[in-house]
Amino acid sequence: MGKVVVIGGGVSGLEAAGQLARMGYRVTVTEKEDKTGGNVKNWYHLFPDRRDSKEIIEYLNKLTDHPDIQILTGKEITEISSDNGKFNVKSSDGTILEADAVVVATGFELFDSRRKEEYGYGIYDNVITSADLERMFRSGEVRLVNGKVPERAGFIHCVGSRDEKVGNYYCSKLCCVTAVKQAIEIQEKIPSLKTFCFYMDMRMGGAYYEELYREAQEKYGITFIRGKVSEISVNINGRLVVKAEDTLAGRPLRMELDMVVLMVGTEMPEGNLKLAALSSLKCGENRFFKPADNHFGSNLSGRKGIFYAGCCVAPMNITESISHARAAVSEVVNYLKTK
Amino acid sequence: MDTSENRRYWIDYQKEIADDHFFYVRSCIRQSFFPGSEQFFLKMMREILGKDVYENPSHTTCTGIGYHTDIVPFETIMTVIARHFALMKEAGYSNIAISCVTSFGIYTEIIETWKHFPETLEKTRENLYKATGREFDVPENMAHTSDIVYKFRNEIASKAKYRLINRHTGKPLKVVEHIGCHYSKMFPKYGVGGAEFPKVLSGMIEAWGGEVIDYPERRHCCGFGFRQYIVQANRGYSLSNSVKKFESMKPYRPDFIITNCPGCNMFMDRWQYAMREMEGKTYGENGLAIPVLTYEEVAGLVLGINPWELGLQYHMVQSEPLLDKLGIEYDPAEKYITKDGNPIPAPENLVNIS
Repeated sequence: MGKVVVIGGGVSGLEAAGQLARMGYRVTVTEKEDKTGGNVKNWYHLFPDRRDSKEIIEYLNKLTDHPDIQILTGKEITEISSDNGKFNVKSSDGTILEADAVVVATGFELFDSRRKEEYGYGIYDNVITSADLERMFRSGEVRLVNGKVPERAGFIHCVGSRDEKVGNYYCSKLCCVTAVKQAIEIQEKIPSLKTFCFYMDMRMGGAYYEELYREAQEKYGITFIRGKVSEISVNINGRLVVKAEDTLAGRPLRMELDMVVLMVGTEMPEGNLKLAALSSLKCGENRFFKPADNHFGSNLSGRKGIFYAGCCVAPMNITESISHARAAVSEVVNYLKTK
Repeated sequence: MDTSENRRYWIDYQKEIADDHFFYVRSCIRQSFFPGSEQFFLKMMREILGKDVYENPSHTTCTGIGYHTDIVPFETIMTVIARHFALMKEAGYSNIAISCVTSFGIYTEIIETWKHFPETLEKTRENLYKATGREFDVPENMAHTSDIVYKFRNEIASKAKYRLINRHTGKPLKVVEHIGCHYSKMFPKYGVGGAEFPKVLSGMIEAWGGEVIDYPERRHCCGFGFRQYIVQANRGYSLSNSVKKFESMKPYRPDFIITNCPGCNMFMDRWQYAMREMEGKTYGENGLAIPVLTYEEVAGLVLGINPWELGLQYHMVQSEPLLDKLGIEYDPAEKYITKDGNPIPAPENLVNIS
């Protein structure tokens, strides 16, 4: 058998580690944060079925509760080097882990909304991100900064995605359906709320996404407006003033809202770009790791013995991340058997 | 609005502004309509702050208005700007100080073009040499003159005779700051504070004791806009944009407006006259209009310079109510006389004069 280092303790990394251990490999998982679970641990409910994210974490913890899995948290990997088929995985604290194969499962990080300055995140009270709203959902209360219940809320899609200005041409894929899910959820918590979603296109490409979108409109009365928001400001009453274009009506639009939720996109973490540069791993135009082949080698890095799993190559939902991690395990096993 | 450390961008977009030895280029509009502002800038820099500012009388218009109305081609304007740089080089200067926001936008656009398309720089060198026999260097430091006043705002505050405080209430004056679109909306990195939350004017107001108003249409164009105004048929659009801004700022009861762009200053000032004449509407307190000042005029007022030397009388909206709030003394009899003491005709129908 052999030893595998999995970089990243999110959904893909833990899934890959669990499956490898089941097959008899010794696995070390490194996680740069203090806790495993990746981005999903910061979410409340998941689309499309509103599963509590704690169930995913529990599943992954159970899967990786294995004597052949060692989990090292607070360890950021900076470089992968190799010598005669053996890999040295270096971390920022100077330690080196030896491995016969490496799975890169470094995931994504959320777009920093402060870069879209015109939306005033971090400046205007009550402009929050989708991640902030999940925290509110988890706490049980959705309130304005002054403690009041919002009367009107808006969701802005594609914040940091499909946006040339911030250098991200790609679609982050998860945000449209998250907006629909969150709009329903906030509507359930505050039935009197009037909710608006500002979108470019509704990309409801997953199983049961379209149904959720229809339910949002028919059952919950959520208004979807096709058009990007150009700017947010605050009026003398402290209410947010949103300027947008309604491209279906063909006219500009301005409305007052109490709360605006920015649907933040996904990005390749900055540290991964350095890891890629130091480890001779290629990145694509979207800056995520570039797989050897889009169809037949989406888990292959182009360097023998180094494999990709999950969102480190492109935005994926939980289902896809788990499937991609399992496929990566299959590639690792084939590689180690024929080595 | 969060007024604490969260204004991260205003820290992010800090540009390097030279400390001394400036080559000064004037603004066509400013030297025609608000000549006191440029004059006071030079006086303040040289006599109050002790800086070296050189001005070459051979420098010309940047041709920016012609460029924005499709009369002057880009290749031509690049050569005109290159000639200014040549004058600067010949005078031994490398820091350019630009008085006009339209020009500043032109300079930034051209320098960025030269960076990204080096062949255009070489072509411009060739064009200038063929036309004039001159050679030039790209400036080491480029600043709008409002950047320079921003840089020295605390020094000005330390020499101030007045603070931007309402002497009747003891409270800070409420100030609308308005940057010209071409100052940083095209290239945020060239503006102090960037495009969305610019710091260049708000920094001055805060340093001099005032309070900046953030109102919903703060980022909206003043209404000038070359196409909106220069094409006569579009002037209603120009005015309607100005109305939108004034309607938005009115509830905050601003004491005055500070601008860094010649076009913004002129239009926000002159259109208040038009709005009063057309609709009988004014947007300041007690039925008054809101004075629109340049940053040099505001700096001059806090430094205790005679308002008539600063040229406040050349605006349509008169500033006496503001001067009274500040506690600045002035002699109405001196308002329309030349430096030599000769009377000049007083304009009619001024705003804020009872």
